[in-house]
Amino acid sequence: MVRLLSRLKTEMPEDSATSQRRVVIDIRGITKMYRMGEVEVHALRGVDLKIEEGEFVAIMGPSGSGKSTLMNILGALDQPTSGAYLLDGVDVSKMRESELARIRNQKIGFVFQNFNLLKRTTALRQVELPLIYAGTSSRSKRAKAALESVGLGSRLDHLPSELSGGQQQRVAIARALVTEPAMILADEPTGNLDSRSGTEVMQIFQSLNRDQGKTIIFVTHDPWIARHTQRVVMLRDGVVVSDSPVRKPLIAGQDERPSEADEMQSVLNSAYYGGDPSEYN
Amino acid sequence: MNVFEAIRIAITGLVTNRLRALLTTLGIVIGVGAVVGLSSLGRGVESFIASEFQALGSNVLFVFSSAPTSGTRTTIQPLTTSEGEALASPTVAPAIRAVAMETVVPAALAFSGRIVELGVSGVTANYSEVRDWTVQLGAFISEDEIAATSRTIVLGTTVVEKLFGDRSADPVGQQIRLNDRVFTVVGVMQEQGAGIGALGDQNEVAFIPISTAQTRLGNARTRDGGYRVDVLHIAAWDEASMDDATLQIESYLSDAHNITFQGEQDFTIINQKDLLNSLGQVTGILTIFLSMIAGISLLVGGIGIMNIMLVSVTERTREIGLRKAVGARGADILLQFLIESILLSLVGGTIGVALGWVITIIGQVLVANLELTITSDAIMLAVGVSSFIGIFFGMYPASRAARMRPIDALRFE
Repeated sequence: MVRLLSRLKTEMPEDSATSQRRVVIDIRGITKMYRMGEVEVHALRGVDLKIEEGEFVAIMGPSGSGKSTLMNILGALDQPTSGAYLLDGVDVSKMRESELARIRNQKIGFVFQNFNLLKRTTALRQVELPLIYAGTSSRSKRAKAALESVGLGSRLDHLPSELSGGQQQRVAIARALVTEPAMILADEPTGNLDSRSGTEVMQIFQSLNRDQGKTIIFVTHDPWIARHTQRVVMLRDGVVVSDSPVRKPLIAGQDERPSEADEMQSVLNSAYYGGDPSEYN
Repeated sequence: MNVFEAIRIAITGLVTNRLRALLTTLGIVIGVGAVVGLSSLGRGVESFIASEFQALGSNVLFVFSSAPTSGTRTTIQPLTTSEGEALASPTVAPAIRAVAMETVVPAALAFSGRIVELGVSGVTANYSEVRDWTVQLGAFISEDEIAATSRTIVLGTTVVEKLFGDRSADPVGQQIRLNDRVFTVVGVMQEQGAGIGALGDQNEVAFIPISTAQTRLGNARTRDGGYRVDVLHIAAWDEASMDDATLQIESYLSDAHNITFQGEQDFTIINQKDLLNSLGQVTGILTIFLSMIAGISLLVGGIGIMNIMLVSVTERTREIGLRKAVGARGADILLQFLIESILLSLVGGTIGVALGWVITIIGQVLVANLELTITSDAIMLAVGVSSFIGIFFGMYPASRAARMRPIDALRFE
């Protein structure tokens, strides 16, 4: 805890230290426009965002704010209407679908709210999947190592139906890690979990970020989850309305989530989750 | 990703959904089984009928009285022994080698309480030679017996069985009654053709001297002083002279019967080969018909594959989305689903060939005389068609899967 806080203190203050690090995500003036019949929907109206290696960022926003659209573009699942997106130094905004598939395979690890594991497939095979499409050899060795790193070394041959929700999400995290991507993109990764499993999964993400320096991006609407990250980017109506560091990131497992009643009281007292309102602007 | 990897993924995908895969192959199994089984049945029937007609003897023409097909003529002048004798003469019809005559008389044969009713044929002595059909016991009707209008009879094996209780009994020398007259059995014909032929049982026959049939069993006298004959069995010298023989018969009989116009002819000439050809056409149509039924079931099977693959693509939308998210290209997904459907139809095709084989064996057990063989071209056709079905009906679902956008696929509930 002390070590982490001291590290945060050295990392967080201003740009002097961070400017040396590699920029993983560099988004410049991205817009996204959908056409739904006659109506044009502007999901993103010009977003600029820079995320550096080793950062742990939460992208927040209410429904319709464009956070899902931004996540799809960040994950190279979708292309922006205009603007540039440099992922790990490569401009992906003009790439063809098959090139995007390669980028997703090599640079991005996805973790989804509903795990998205293949049914009736063992944990080891689940984790091998990205390596198959990468054409890697010694797949099972690497998949095994990834599963061990999330604490599932003893459950290699288990099927999803034989694993708890938290364990399933850990398999999904191992699958995201196995290709050693430039960043991990997680969409509400604790949304389908009970609070204990959620904490477990959160601990894994934090240790990946802290101990292995993984770049992690959360897309969430849950402020409690966002408080476990180091930086919160708020979207509303397709633009970034705030982008600021979390002053005192929570450490999963150390802080008890306030009960619903306390949360309600806090809202009435206009203080989010017992924290300082200014943390979220 | 190489093809082997794609095949492995496809097999894993199929094994994961065993029941669905099994049900999908069922359509192809039945389709291919039907193609292989029914085509071998059709061919069996075809060759069976052909062999049946081969038994009639080659180079033989049949002439019998028939109603004119057109014109004003209404009377039928019967064929006579004198006409038959004339046709046998080389000056009248040089293409003809021999003429055997047959007069059929309905009769009842009886032996120790057993009775067989049939048309007894009065024949000339050369009938056996012209029809290339000999006795297996005793002797055929001889010239002497005809000259003496003797009461002798030669039986077919079916008649022997019905009168004496056993096909292989030796009735030569026995006395049987024919319309209450006593006849002596002098011979038994060789077993001919298949037991239950397309032409009726060819072994249910009895031969007596033609003179006996014409004079003792009925008055077959005609106005020109000859005797009525029902069928002329005419042997040409060889296959090449069949057409000449036909023309010569036609011109002689037209003269004899005062026929001037085509269609007024009161006789019909049947060429064994024509008969075979027209019957071959019928059985050919039968085979095509059976194959079409089989082909339709194969088509239905193929549509079944497409149907289930489409359902499978929809059902596995999330899987497709995930695969794309972790780096599968459209081509990888296309290959995966295409290989799945090809594997399904190939496995189905293989099982179908086995099923067709079983159908053939069952057919052979049920109809003992049918010689059924599965030809390699039927198997090749079935396998070719089923893999084609796999590609053709798998292409659309597979390309739909490949074109799916990963975000839409991932969001699919």
